[in-house]
Amino acid sequence: MEFDYTEEQRALQDTLQRFISRDYDFDKRKTVLRSEAGFSADAWKQYAELGLLALPLPEDLGGLGGTAVDVMVVMEQFGRGLLMEPYLSSVVLGAGLLRDSASDAQKRKLLPEIAQGNIKVALACYEAAGRFDPAHVGCSAVAKNGGWQLSGRKSVVLDAPSADYFLVSARSGGKESDRDGVSLFLVPRQTQGLTVTGYATQTGARAADLSLEDLTLGADALIGKAGEAMPGILWAVDRGIAALCAEAVGVMDALNKATLEYLKTRKQFGVAIGTFQALKHRMADMLMAAEQSRSMAIIAAVQADSRNPRERSRAIAAAKAYIGQAGRLVGQQAVQLHGGMGVVDEYIVSHYFKRLTMIDITFGDVDYHLGRFSDTLLTA
Amino acid sequence: MVRTSTEGRQQQGISFLLIDMKSPGITVRPIIMLDGEHEINDIFFDNVKVPVQNLIGEENKGWTYAKFLLSHERSGNAGIGACKRALQQLKDIAAEQPSNGKRLIEDVRFRDRIAQVELELMALEITNLRVLSGYAKDSKALGPEVSMLKIKGSEIIQLLAELKMHALGHDALPYVREALDIEWQGNAALNSHYGAYAPPLSGQYFNNRKTTIYAGSTEIQKNIISQMILGL
Repeated sequence: MEFDYTEEQRALQDTLQRFISRDYDFDKRKTVLRSEAGFSADAWKQYAELGLLALPLPEDLGGLGGTAVDVMVVMEQFGRGLLMEPYLSSVVLGAGLLRDSASDAQKRKLLPEIAQGNIKVALACYEAAGRFDPAHVGCSAVAKNGGWQLSGRKSVVLDAPSADYFLVSARSGGKESDRDGVSLFLVPRQTQGLTVTGYATQTGARAADLSLEDLTLGADALIGKAGEAMPGILWAVDRGIAALCAEAVGVMDALNKATLEYLKTRKQFGVAIGTFQALKHRMADMLMAAEQSRSMAIIAAVQADSRNPRERSRAIAAAKAYIGQAGRLVGQQAVQLHGGMGVVDEYIVSHYFKRLTMIDITFGDVDYHLGRFSDTLLTA
Repeated sequence: MVRTSTEGRQQQGISFLLIDMKSPGITVRPIIMLDGEHEINDIFFDNVKVPVQNLIGEENKGWTYAKFLLSHERSGNAGIGACKRALQQLKDIAAEQPSNGKRLIEDVRFRDRIAQVELELMALEITNLRVLSGYAKDSKALGPEVSMLKIKGSEIIQLLAELKMHALGHDALPYVREALDIEWQGNAALNSHYGAYAPPLSGQYFNNRKTTIYAGSTEIQKNIISQMILGL
């Protein structure tokens, strides 16, 4: 069995590591964090040149035909470098969903543009009343004059302030939590009736709430078949979760590296604090948590492309629930072991900790995914 | 393992001997475990004669051989197969045991505890394969990474034993001495109110407390990880 990255994947990893140390170190990241957009347009351009934005897209549309494991390589480095750009939103979720659900004409129009970095897409599939369930859709879509009229609200749409298009789920049939009856629409940012209220998130990346008031769209705004969008949306979200798991593994490795370094250099009572057994054992626990998490992220990446929704969803839920808990341990203990240095903004450790914490909450926390996994035991 | 020299470092004067248990001077005292099981002994040697050709390998190299054996013992302690078997048994019991007019598996609180241990096992299975494939590739002897497998595997098997016991409710209380016999098929009088699988389970829980103690306790394994892998 093969668990190491391929030669190509290692080359991709090296490229990103070099990029981070040369163009995206902690100081550079601080300036990105303080900028208006909350991400670096320069970096985005470089990702396009490196082919990262084309990675999971089909080869006949300017993509590289990469797998979820290739995406894992990228996301792990996004974690290590705490990169702020909307890769997850635009490439993994947005482009991934278009690739699977859009018509050929829609794909030809949008995917090459995404791959080249000219447009960005954000997925708007969560609503406040639905908490972590993408199938809870209160937003309505009514067929009208040969097109569609949408009304409703979408909450905490990641990277929405910089998106050129939104992929919006809306109900064209069925009841609020039905899996059937949900349709997906491509909504250009400038559409009349769409209000985007943006804000910063805990990690500095931007998000927005969307308000749709009698928003009028043409027939060609519909992605896929009316009322049948949910399986595609759930698959896209599962891929997004696998990507988040990989990112979390990158963060955990980086946090453990920083903490180990600190244990070896910080002195107390005349000796390095890493000589104290209580701290040695804590560090051993953190290492085990990170290694077990990597195993779970591998399971998630391998299953993310699976066509069997039951098997896929079970593996993804397992990985997210496990990594949420492991990330909490590694994050909290890294801060604890750094003492005062762990709770200041000027050192990278607190930023890693915040990212791990927010990854846990994004697209469903430990309780949500543990429940999702646990419920599969009823039918096993 | 016997001490054959007091020179040099403590680890250097140890040798491996193959000793016939029928040799005069050997006394065996059984030690009964907390669950009533007999699986360990005290062995006393009183001027026991051992032929020279029963020395294993070279004299005074016993510790080197022992360390090699221990690393395999630790990787075996991940016990993925045994854990999977125990997990399936736990699920079967939870599907059968009644709880508030339903099946125990339908109790969210209990089901989530099963789910948690299954997550840990899923991760360990892949971690185990990652460690083994890494060594297979480099044709190296097993190294300190097996300490992680030992810690996790022993914790998982303990947790599974604990959950199986708790799944029984009050049926975890009866102590049935004959149930220690692996051939035991149950007893009709007792089975009228609980399954034949029930009597050994509390004993397994008690007995399994040994897993985080033997083959190098969890604390020793963490010392090995922090020194050999982390360099602390």
